[in-house]
Amino acid sequence: MNAEKKSFDRNSNIYTVVFTIVLIGVVAVILAGSYKFFKPYYDQNVRQEKMTDILYTIGLDKQKLEESARAEGLPMSYNLIKQYFDQYIVKQLALNAEGKPVENVNAFGVNLKEEIQKPVEKQVYPLFIAEYQGKKYYIIPLYGKGLWDDIWGYVALEEDWKTIHGIKFGHKGETPGLGANITEKWFEDRFKGEKIFDESGNFTGIEIVKQLKDKTDKNDHKVDAISGATLTSNGVGVMLNERLKHYVPYFEKMKKQ
Amino acid sequence: MAKKKAKEILFDPLFENNPITVQVLGICSALAVTVKLMPAIVMALSVMVVVGFSNLIISLMRNYIPMRIRIIVQLVVIASLVILVDLFLKAFSYDVSKQLSVFVGLIITNCIVMGRLEAFAMDNKPWPSFLDGIGNGAGYGLILIIVAFFRELFGSGTLFNHKVIPQWLYDHGYMDNGMMLMPAMALITVGVIIWVQRSLMPQLTEKE
Amino acid sequence: MELVNIFIKSIFIENMIFAFFLGMCSYLAVSKKVKTSFGLGIAVIFVLTITVPLNFLLNKYLLEPGALKWLSPSLADVDLSFLTFIIFIAVIASMVQLVEMFVERFAPALYASLGIFLPLIAVNCAILGGSLFMQQKGFTDVSEALVFGLGSGIGWMLAIVFLASIREKISYSNVPKPLRGLGIAFIITGLMAIGFLAFMGIKI
Repeated sequence: MNAEKKSFDRNSNIYTVVFTIVLIGVVAVILAGSYKFFKPYYDQNVRQEKMTDILYTIGLDKQKLEESARAEGLPMSYNLIKQYFDQYIVKQLALNAEGKPVENVNAFGVNLKEEIQKPVEKQVYPLFIAEYQGKKYYIIPLYGKGLWDDIWGYVALEEDWKTIHGIKFGHKGETPGLGANITEKWFEDRFKGEKIFDESGNFTGIEIVKQLKDKTDKNDHKVDAISGATLTSNGVGVMLNERLKHYVPYFEKMKKQ
Repeated sequence: MAKKKAKEILFDPLFENNPITVQVLGICSALAVTVKLMPAIVMALSVMVVVGFSNLIISLMRNYIPMRIRIIVQLVVIASLVILVDLFLKAFSYDVSKQLSVFVGLIITNCIVMGRLEAFAMDNKPWPSFLDGIGNGAGYGLILIIVAFFRELFGSGTLFNHKVIPQWLYDHGYMDNGMMLMPAMALITVGVIIWVQRSLMPQLTEKE
Repeated sequence: MELVNIFIKSIFIENMIFAFFLGMCSYLAVSKKVKTSFGLGIAVIFVLTITVPLNFLLNKYLLEPGALKWLSPSLADVDLSFLTFIIFIAVIASMVQLVEMFVERFAPALYASLGIFLPLIAVNCAILGGSLFMQQKGFTDVSEALVFGLGSGIGWMLAIVFLASIREKISYSNVPKPLRGLGIAFIITGLMAIGFLAFMGIKI
């Protein structure tokens, strides 16, 4: 078994070079092959998550999806979620900074992380219009910075273009137990019913306030922050207002119609 | 070393020769994933797979690797295995893979993997090497899971995301200890595990 | 201003040791004496400052989806990001070798003090971690990556020197026997990490 008994010298330059080339070749083939194999599954996961998040904001949470899947006798799968998504999301738009729809852009495929790095007038702003239980909802994707890393989300507005119907947040690495709680239902529910325009129709956005006194007031444009996670909460507020702001021209136009 | 029985090779690293608490290897990449049990278990399994198979592969190749580029060859094998694990997780366990983020990649520099390759696989036959890898991966995973158990239980009052602390305790003023979720508490928990282990096995206590 | 922010953040707030536990193996093994830990710390700074920007360039012009556009437009759809780990670790391992040879040739005095630590560094999680975090953070240009590498290295060195000085003192204390050595080192690091929490969220 000893290496010395072998007929080649495994420390020679030629052997080392040949060995390296063979190794690189084998590794490259294996990795490229498995990447090709796994990639479709991964892409599907990413799309599925995005669709589930969007459906969540209009009130179709995971439990409801599962229930209706059971009612139809189908297992939960990517195809089923896609079917629901296509059923309830009736229109997908990509708007420009003036609020006009841009042709030939797939709103679902827009990568917001890349988009927000462009200047405001060059970005496209995706908008999803949903119809669920006889009501129309306008869903706007969000992206911004939390305390440690990126945060994102989706917000659904009601037909009046000012009341928040539902909201969904995600984060990459906020502090567990504090900032990470933005994805919890109790925090997301605090936004329900809040208005982003005041009585006279001026854009106010939502302010996230520490130890808000009147938590039930839905017309004050204020939401209670997570205690101990002020900076993540601030990030959420900044993200929400920065993103929503760009849709104001579109809403103004729609209101006039 | 070579005369050890398969059973010993497999089970020694679980307690007496645990990679984390005794050999002081591989603490790096892992403690940040012990906030919840689920990612900790997935991480433990991933490390087991990577250590086991890299030990196996390197042991098969051990007589053919040019000594000069030994370290790079080992790293290439480990990195490829880690990429496979990463792709697999992204495809079939997407939620957990998001929580693990860069820490899957950091298995590459997990000292356990390199340490076992150098210490065992380079001069042992494939089968014992494989067992050695699985055993060490399991010993590492064990600590990970113990730490995660306590952190999730006391930090969020849940296990596998299910509430286990009964509501009446909360009604009487019990509160989840947010401190446990902080990275710092993972270190202290490991410190306490070492303390307990060494009290039970005095032969491990460090000499002055 | 952004650079100063990244620098301070990577030293204190997102400290490799206290926030992410990276490089713990050598951190615990080499922290018995202040002098040796200082040497290892310098070596880590050195390697991080070189590899993070280097990997940044590789990531930008080779690995990212669409990164090969500069070669020819037909390659715009190529996505090599699955090779990230292997390329990063190869760069790190070969850079460590290169740095070792370079230092040995041109600065023998430095080599004498750093030499033994350099090979250790290739498998120091902090080094690979630095590159992976750099990729996740999506820096826009190489100067940011450079500052991030430098800052992370300094943060790592501070942590190991602090721990070593505490461990030098603690050898005079009456620690419970089973806790001596490794156990108490873990707990000290934990307490130090709690101390570092005070920096959390500072913005400059």
